[in-house]
Amino acid sequence: MEFAFTEEHLMIRDSAERFLAQASDSHAVRAAMNRPDAHDPEIWQRIGKELYWPALMVPERFGGMGLGFVELAILLEQSGRYLLGSPLFATACLATPALLLGHNKLIQEHWLGTIAAGETRATLAFASVPGLEACSVQAVAAPCPGGWTLDGQYAQVIDGASADLLIVAARAPDTQGERGISLFVLPGNTPGVVRTPLATLDQTRRLACIELHDVQVSEAQQLCGPEQGWAVLRDTLLIATIGLAAEQTGGAQQALDLTLAYIAERRQFKRTIASFQAIKHRCADMMLQVECARSAAYYAACVAQERLDPKGDAAVAQEIEQAAATAKIHASEAFFHCAAESIQLHGGVGFTWEYDPHLYFKRARASEHLLGSPALHRERLAKHLLGEQP
Amino acid sequence: MKIGFSHADEVFRKEVAQWLAEHLSGEFAPLRFRGGPGDEHSFPEERKAWERRLAAGAWIGVGWAREHGGRGLSISQQVIFHEEYARAGGPGRMGHIGEGLVGPTLATFGTPAQQKRLLPGILDGSQFWCQGYSEPGAGSDLANVQTRAKLDATGEHWLISGQKVWTSLAHEADWCFVLARTEPGSQGHHGLSFLLVPMAQDSIRVQPIQQLTGTSEFNEVFFDQAITSADNLIGQPGDGWKIAMALLGFERGVSTLGQQMQFHNELDEIIRIARTNGAARDPLLRQRIAQAWSGLKVLRYNSLRMLSGPQDGSLGREAMIYKLAWSTWHSDLGKLAMDVLGDAGEILDAAPYQLSRLQSLFLFTRSDTIYGGSNEIQRNVIAERALGMPREPRVTL
Repeated sequence: MEFAFTEEHLMIRDSAERFLAQASDSHAVRAAMNRPDAHDPEIWQRIGKELYWPALMVPERFGGMGLGFVELAILLEQSGRYLLGSPLFATACLATPALLLGHNKLIQEHWLGTIAAGETRATLAFASVPGLEACSVQAVAAPCPGGWTLDGQYAQVIDGASADLLIVAARAPDTQGERGISLFVLPGNTPGVVRTPLATLDQTRRLACIELHDVQVSEAQQLCGPEQGWAVLRDTLLIATIGLAAEQTGGAQQALDLTLAYIAERRQFKRTIASFQAIKHRCADMMLQVECARSAAYYAACVAQERLDPKGDAAVAQEIEQAAATAKIHASEAFFHCAAESIQLHGGVGFTWEYDPHLYFKRARASEHLLGSPALHRERLAKHLLGEQP
Repeated sequence: MKIGFSHADEVFRKEVAQWLAEHLSGEFAPLRFRGGPGDEHSFPEERKAWERRLAAGAWIGVGWAREHGGRGLSISQQVIFHEEYARAGGPGRMGHIGEGLVGPTLATFGTPAQQKRLLPGILDGSQFWCQGYSEPGAGSDLANVQTRAKLDATGEHWLISGQKVWTSLAHEADWCFVLARTEPGSQGHHGLSFLLVPMAQDSIRVQPIQQLTGTSEFNEVFFDQAITSADNLIGQPGDGWKIAMALLGFERGVSTLGQQMQFHNELDEIIRIARTNGAARDPLLRQRIAQAWSGLKVLRYNSLRMLSGPQDGSLGREAMIYKLAWSTWHSDLGKLAMDVLGDAGEILDAAPYQLSRLQSLFLFTRSDTIYGGSNEIQRNVIAERALGMPREPRVTL
């Protein structure tokens, strides 16, 4: 047991921070917000081909770096801190874990290879109605000669309009609940796929509605079948939730840091407002929440790492649902609290478009509800704690 | 970064659990789950006997270095020991001040002679300690200590006069460590010294304080020319503040995990009641129970971070937030307990004022956010030391 960053971890963190402080400064974030895909393709090119972030967690045999989820969480904390608009989250936290857990060698070889090479932006589409449970999967995969015909729609898919690769969940006709769910890989430009970008409150991350109209998929496109589908989807979503918590932790940290920088300069009553105890105590409470979020996110990242590793520690891996819930609850609350406090402690300028706190506030709100609100995760925990699940 | 335990650790876990199951029985069975915070006044003699039993099993000082007579266990195995101890319902430790605070302080600041003289009494469960920091005029403003100590004419003894307050277990202790002003006319944290004082003398008077729980764990301690040998000064005259602050750092050690296991036992009882009295069907209470559970997990993760960091008494960010985090969590738990109990929470176990365990929890947790540095002081410390914000102005009147 050694719950601390190694030297290598600190190097990864520091180099990511150096890169993002320039590549994703306030000006760059605002420029990305105005782009149709909310990211700058040149920056993504550098991330994929020079920094190898999408390759980080891909095993070496597929052309990746073979590092673990903790290393990815370190990058996500920094990308959240700098509000990086990029396909990184959907590609590395949704699609890559699904491909890793799906265990389809041919699909892995092809798609993990192109993801590691920085050539594929990928995402996961699963829910027709909001939710994380199996009943949210309502798209249908009807068997047909040589494969399946997919029909249905997905409500809010991260980077759904821009992704080159869609991993979609669909269920066999007339099935319910956890039974009958399969996962398929689908190039974004497949005929019958209609993708509609949604205008979102948080402009730093794009969501899209995806409709499937009689989309033909072959057997070779089935990532995993109904006997494995729900288990793979469920754990993929838990792993993504943990990645999101790391990202939220970074956002919370930056909301605090922005605030500390501003209040150290802003003078009223002939002193910096940072010298007022009313303000110091609010900043202390922000740090309390940030550190709690960080502890929860990295603990959960360690659990995710064991879950993703076929030879991982099973005793640790089985904590994943509770660790993900704990991380999501605390990171969501920390981020929203810190972002809201950041507006308040900036005073009037905190309410302007020009200053950055609103960007964090909006990202905090969006992330809070993405992959399950704190209330949803608490209710999951409650069911477990109160002995209402087998 | 690794959070799992090795096979050897799991073997050790079984050994601890088995020893506790064997020994926490018979005469010691009534002590199970007793004597923790809020209940420290219970079974003092029996708990001292339990300390000697622990000592016989070499379970005191498990984290101390071998050169000081400890087991020198790895952090992982210390974690396991404290977890299993609390899981088994091991009673609140009479020796925790000696083991957790005095021992590490002597190991860091004491002379070899002092270590040789004083550490064995802690390790064998024969000598108990209490803490003489706070005074009526030195609470949050701890550096405003007025208790005085001066060397007598021979230079062989210190004479101590003044009053300490909130001293838990003073009436059970053999020794008190006292923060006293040894430089006449000095102010604030200058001129203070760290003295070890034997309690068995007529010039020390201990008076219990009746708390809002109706019980008394804390005391006032009056020193009237109390005497201690010159070689019971730790460090040099004037080092008192430095040593006192380092000691508070040791408080955020591995024993925090044992404290959390106690919290876990409390939460388990709340959950058990919620399942039987129907509170588990209330959507808001369900949310709060889950929040409490996840909050407790986060306290554990914070502790694991602290324990994986430097062990020299210095405070990382995760250590600076620790007191504020657990005290706030625990007082919320006290309120949750009462809300789960509902109307039943109002009825005492017996007249005149015998509290149930959860009523005691509810009331006692009001002290958690005050003692050991109030939440307000914790926030000042975090803002100034972790976030580098301007210090509070020092007002001189």
